[in-house]
Amino acid sequence: MSGQSASSVAGGLNPLRQTKPRYGEAVIRGVLTLAAAVSLFTTFGIVISVLIPSLEFFAEISILEFLFTTTWTPLFANPQYGVLPLITGTLVITVIAVLVAIPLGLGSAIYLSEYASPGARKVLKPTLEVLAGIPTVVFGFFALEFITQYVLKPIFPSIQVFNALSAGLVMGIMIIPTIASLSEDAMAAVPSGLRDGAYALGATKRQTALRVVVPAALSGIVAAFVLGISRAIGETMIVTIAAGLQPNMTLNPLQGMQTMTSYIAAAGSGDVPTGSIEYKSIFAVGLLLFAITFVMNMISIRLVRKYRQAYQ
Amino acid sequence: MSATLERPFDAPADIDLRGHGQPLVDKTFRWILFLCLFIGIAFLAVLLAYVIIKGWPRLDSRLWTNMPSIRRPEQAGAQSAITGTLWVIAFTALFSLPIGFLSAVYLEEYAKPTSRFARFVEVNIQNLAAVPSIVYGILGLAIFARALALGQTVITAGLTLALLVLPVVIVSTREALRAVPQNIRHGSLALGATLWQTTWRQTMPAAVPGMATGTILALSRAIGEAAPLLLLGAVTFISFNPTGPFSAYTTLPIQIYNWTKESREEFQVLAAATIVLLLVILLAMNAVAILIRNRTQKRW
Amino acid sequence: MSELHDPNAPQATSDLSNTGRMDVSAVLDEGRASVPDSIREVVFNLDDVHIFYGDFEAVSDVTMQIGKNEITAFIGPSGCGKSTLLRSFNRMNDLIPGARVEGLLAYHGFNIYAPEVDPIEVRRRIGMVFQKPNVFPKSIYENVAYGPKVNGMKVNMDDLVEDCLTRAALWDEVKDDLKKSAYALSGGQQQRLVIARCIAVKPEVILMDEPCASLDPIATAKIEDLMKELAADYTIVIVTHNMQQAARVSDRTAFFTADVDAKGVRHGRLVEYGPTRSIFTAPNEPRTEDYISGRFG
Repeated sequence: MSGQSASSVAGGLNPLRQTKPRYGEAVIRGVLTLAAAVSLFTTFGIVISVLIPSLEFFAEISILEFLFTTTWTPLFANPQYGVLPLITGTLVITVIAVLVAIPLGLGSAIYLSEYASPGARKVLKPTLEVLAGIPTVVFGFFALEFITQYVLKPIFPSIQVFNALSAGLVMGIMIIPTIASLSEDAMAAVPSGLRDGAYALGATKRQTALRVVVPAALSGIVAAFVLGISRAIGETMIVTIAAGLQPNMTLNPLQGMQTMTSYIAAAGSGDVPTGSIEYKSIFAVGLLLFAITFVMNMISIRLVRKYRQAYQ
Repeated sequence: MSATLERPFDAPADIDLRGHGQPLVDKTFRWILFLCLFIGIAFLAVLLAYVIIKGWPRLDSRLWTNMPSIRRPEQAGAQSAITGTLWVIAFTALFSLPIGFLSAVYLEEYAKPTSRFARFVEVNIQNLAAVPSIVYGILGLAIFARALALGQTVITAGLTLALLVLPVVIVSTREALRAVPQNIRHGSLALGATLWQTTWRQTMPAAVPGMATGTILALSRAIGEAAPLLLLGAVTFISFNPTGPFSAYTTLPIQIYNWTKESREEFQVLAAATIVLLLVILLAMNAVAILIRNRTQKRW
Repeated sequence: MSELHDPNAPQATSDLSNTGRMDVSAVLDEGRASVPDSIREVVFNLDDVHIFYGDFEAVSDVTMQIGKNEITAFIGPSGCGKSTLLRSFNRMNDLIPGARVEGLLAYHGFNIYAPEVDPIEVRRRIGMVFQKPNVFPKSIYENVAYGPKVNGMKVNMDDLVEDCLTRAALWDEVKDDLKKSAYALSGGQQQRLVIARCIAVKPEVILMDEPCASLDPIATAKIEDLMKELAADYTIVIVTHNMQQAARVSDRTAFFTADVDAKGVRHGRLVEYGPTRSIFTAPNEPRTEDYISGRFG
């Protein structure tokens, strides 16, 4: 410890000292840090851009009226801004999507993780993931042109051309890969010792999968569900194309309805004058959407960290 | 030797280790799981078959030689959308790749694992990856189009999509850097190379294939993205090719969206044909990514 | 003991493993005689060196002096901190988060861990060869030229590459393939390439961290011959698990072991350090004798 302070025992300048300053290295470190900060600026930019017009919006429309009334008619001569119909629309379609995606996604994950041979897995997994690479506008087109017309109409003759059901079903298929691949990651992280323990007790593969692997991977699987739901809430093109643009306070999935995202898309792509209350309403709905998905993403990130800590 | 199994010792006669066949419930369970997977894949197959069959009559050179037209669907094409997509993606790449690569280098090579700033950036990136794409549209509208007065132009779209795919670029670049063996870095540092010399001359070149794969996947996501561009002026009827960064534009997914809104059946056929074109482009990009990955796998 | 002393003992077995009782006197004869203490020029002076990873003390209380143009071998069981100590000589430990060194670790009298010291300067003077041959995924030529390039050395690169590959006894094997990938070489050739790459930056010291651990006996013999030749120009410190190797090549040997403290935590400790011949034939410490005679470790 005494040597720590004495920089040299021999006389003269330490030949190991830095001879010429390396400004380049410092500049590079600065540039890299700045690049990493861009993602922080992005979040900051999002918050600023939804928050400021929203505050102006809420100066004119009370936040209680916005959150708790049931009429959304921004285009009427006497506009009303009760966001509940948009939330209902979002909810109905999300629930349909989740009812499709959770069982199918989890089932696919269990199959891939516990049953499929390595060879089969190598083919099936990337094939399933192709679904995640299909542009959402394509899913929207398919929901409107094929699912509604050729699948749902024969079953429900009363179904509207734009309806929540086809949008929800197709969206459910779209988020299968999200749920399947995250759940499978979580199940793969379960130590094989746990499985061996179950087999040693005479459990069948099914019992091992359902009673040992799934519970052990539960926080990761729930994280996958939460992220899948967050994606469903934020999805825009499928609902814009297939579910119609009519705010509709109903739980009937055979009718058309507007969601938060499809309102933003419809109002934002129209020619809305800047500064008008209608223009600001885009940002108020955007703020609500961002806040909901932000909370869900944080829950999901926490849960993933939990299972990573448990098994690493 | 005789192949018959002889009892090695006098085991009790009631022990029987032969399987009783899989119980029905286990078999059924396995089939249900497979069905879950199969539904997704079958859906994909039906979707592809449907758009190809539906778009087939219009899958010809009109698609890329002609401009969109509202009145004459038989003459309409998607040339302005193709060139618009190329322009927008070029700017997306120009902005997102350098920033994404440098961010990943910072997080993977420079930041200490204990750095709070780095951990904060990491969580932030995880969240940004899951922010709805339409919210990026709001950001682009408020900041790039209005506050920075860039208007509803190619550059606004490029900047917005760049921020949208930035998390993908960062995450995939980090994975590529992490795959470079630690002992290459140590070998370089032990020779008296600085951290940047090591990163620039050894680590990054060794990570190039992985970075290329991730880059292609990120850009293919940007190519298929429509929602944010709805807010950034891409829906207006555009029948000319962009001429520069401050030009008005449309893109393929937006063109598809516009045609799905038309009531005439010819436009739906046109939309299907354009979807096939878009999917072929994405498929080609993914094939290149897989090719790069396979050609360079396992070098150490 | 007596059989270890006996200069006329039968030939050592060719068994290279360090397990089991063995006879090293024969290999000691082909080894090097150490320079008397009085005329040694000290390169590294360690006084009460402790190395920590966070709160964990990996190496405690090492005091020793390493002489110029000597080959010093660090031996001892796994987990005894010998690699950790070696990596603190050129500040490669800096790369491990939480690692720190206390005490004096001086190079020609200058503290390597003084605040004004630049780790990059340290590593230019004190090169390192690793356990696994970590050639760069580049051509043979570029592997050798890399160090001089990043250090801004103004030299005739072709001559330098040839010179270094010749000194590393690799030139004749690769002179027609300089543009080929270094990955095409065998493990032993790769390790000699790493040595050539290391001497290209003209260091004074070469640290070797179990350089033959992944090599076959023939490749190992070549590296050992090379070490003895290089000792004319360089100071070499080598960590090895192979006691015969230590006996064959080194002038001095340091034996480390791990002490287990009251909490059950292992701390590396220097047990004995001295001329290789006396460590192997007349160790002062019973633990050294136990280890080299195969009763422990």
